Amino acid sequence: MRASTRIGRERAGLGLRLAAAGVVVFLYFPVAIIVLNAFNVESSYFTFPPPAFTTDWFGITFRDPALWAALRLSITVATVVTALALVIGTSLAAAVYRTAFFGREAVSFLVVLPIALPGIVTGIALRSTFVLADIPFGVVTLIVAHATFCIVIVYNNAVARFRRMSPNLIEASADLGASGWQTVRHIVLPQLATALLAGAVLAFALSFDEIIVTTFTAGQQQTIPIYILNRLFRPRQRPVTNVVAILVILVTFVPILVAQILSRRTDAERPAGAP
Amino acid sequence: MTARNASFPRRVSVYLYRHPAQRLLLLLAPGLLWLLVVYIGSLGSMLAYSFWRLEEFTGLIERTFTFDTYEQLWQPANRDIILRTAGMAAAVSITCAVLAFPLAYYIARYATPRMKTVLYLVIIMPLWSSYLVRALATRQALTQEGVLYWTLERLGLDGVLRAFLQLPVVGGPSVIKSYVGLFVAFVYLWLPFMVLPVEAGLERVPRSFTEASSDLGAHPWTTFRTVILPLAMPGVIAGSIFTFSLTLGDFIMPQFFGSGAFFLGQQVYVQQGVVGNLPLAAAFTFVAMAIMVTYLLLARRTGAFEAL
Repeated sequence: MRASTRIGRERAGLGLRLAAAGVVVFLYFPVAIIVLNAFNVESSYFTFPPPAFTTDWFGITFRDPALWAALRLSITVATVVTALALVIGTSLAAAVYRTAFFGREAVSFLVVLPIALPGIVTGIALRSTFVLADIPFGVVTLIVAHATFCIVIVYNNAVARFRRMSPNLIEASADLGASGWQTVRHIVLPQLATALLAGAVLAFALSFDEIIVTTFTAGQQQTIPIYILNRLFRPRQRPVTNVVAILVILVTFVPILVAQILSRRTDAERPAGAP
Repeated sequence: MTARNASFPRRVSVYLYRHPAQRLLLLLAPGLLWLLVVYIGSLGSMLAYSFWRLEEFTGLIERTFTFDTYEQLWQPANRDIILRTAGMAAAVSITCAVLAFPLAYYIARYATPRMKTVLYLVIIMPLWSSYLVRALATRQALTQEGVLYWTLERLGLDGVLRAFLQLPVVGGPSVIKSYVGLFVAFVYLWLPFMVLPVEAGLERVPRSFTEASSDLGAHPWTTFRTVILPLAMPGVIAGSIFTFSLTLGDFIMPQFFGSGAFFLGQQVYVQQGVVGNLPLAAAFTFVAMAIMVTYLLLARRTGAFEAL
């Protein structure tokens, strides 16, 4: 062991620091390539380094009406799914965190199952049901499918926050004559708020970006990820995919960053949405 | 205030406060109904499909109980797909664990609180949000026109890469068209899912244990092998649940990479889509599910769930 250079905290060896930094670079470097290639003149093979830069692809992409239709669908689905996940995930968390009841372990296992099992399981299972029950594929089937795996995201965040919440506050509120609604409104929700915000943003991002379950439950509709995938194997439309990818980064990365920073002020410990 | 002249919401809240069972039921009902009816119910219809069969001449699905589809699943070509996919998932999980360790260890042991916050963000960002973006990114980075080949050429190492691609099994005509390309892409995609649980596991290794080990004269490597690694193992297993499961079901990456040999997810995709054989797709999916459920039950015994 190395001697401490600061009280209570040792410094990592150079090897460890380099290895840690290397992993971070490995995680982010390819994403930088995507952004770079959105401006690459050489469009069908994305030659590196780019021979020249252009902003033409942005104009071509934004003039495509199919993009706007896909964006509308993705936002509609993600919004409804987030609302559903908030209601269902939070109430499940409220039920599970304190009360001990028969089958509680089973409930928490059941909630995690849709993300612990491969996406094709949820996808094929729901597809079987929709085909069997003659339910036509549409916005509703997509919402049902996405909500199934988004509930757990809100649930995880809410359970973590509930565990840190003091039950005395709720009892004090009731003792002081507050109704159940008043207690929820003025005592429980303010304490939950940032956890729910972080959960909601993650659920929205997950729904917006999901492709595996979506493929099996979308029918003929195009969400943004399906829009990208459909264009990927047509060389002439390939540059469009990188522009849309930047759009996806903006819609998912940025809100998650903001939500994490907001929820971090109250939860010092684990990051929201840690698996 | 008596319950009689109180307002309706007030009476509801008093009732719920006095009847915890009803309160619990009210909170559980929407979630449980959803998960049992929509999710478990659907797993049931998937299982039902796997015991039906596709009538090849009519192209219709015969809804009578049969093991025909599972017999089809046991044919060598289909069995190979399952083994190939499970092998890839295992290789990817092990590599992710090895790569995740230094970063996780750095965060758990050495990072200042501010640095910790930054690194958590760095890892959590790509975790839930950018699958397809990152999938595109790996492909564009690894093509023959891309940055990998360019860098290796500048370093004069392109010969090494070419020699490596000559190797049996892992090699191929190019990085994109080889198992190695697919493997690297999977590792890249799922690495964040491994770092966080491993880090959580390492947080729980008391500093005094490692200090005691070195005070007693153990070499750092011995300390790592006999103290840190066993205690961090639940975290590694928790992470591997994600890396294994995600690899097992993916059907996008094998379209971008690889020699064209099918993987499980891809076979499911093709069978339910182009071929229209939903029973065979369901049977394949059922295998993936059975592997993961076994894995989860084994993982539960090791205490990995507490590390999640």
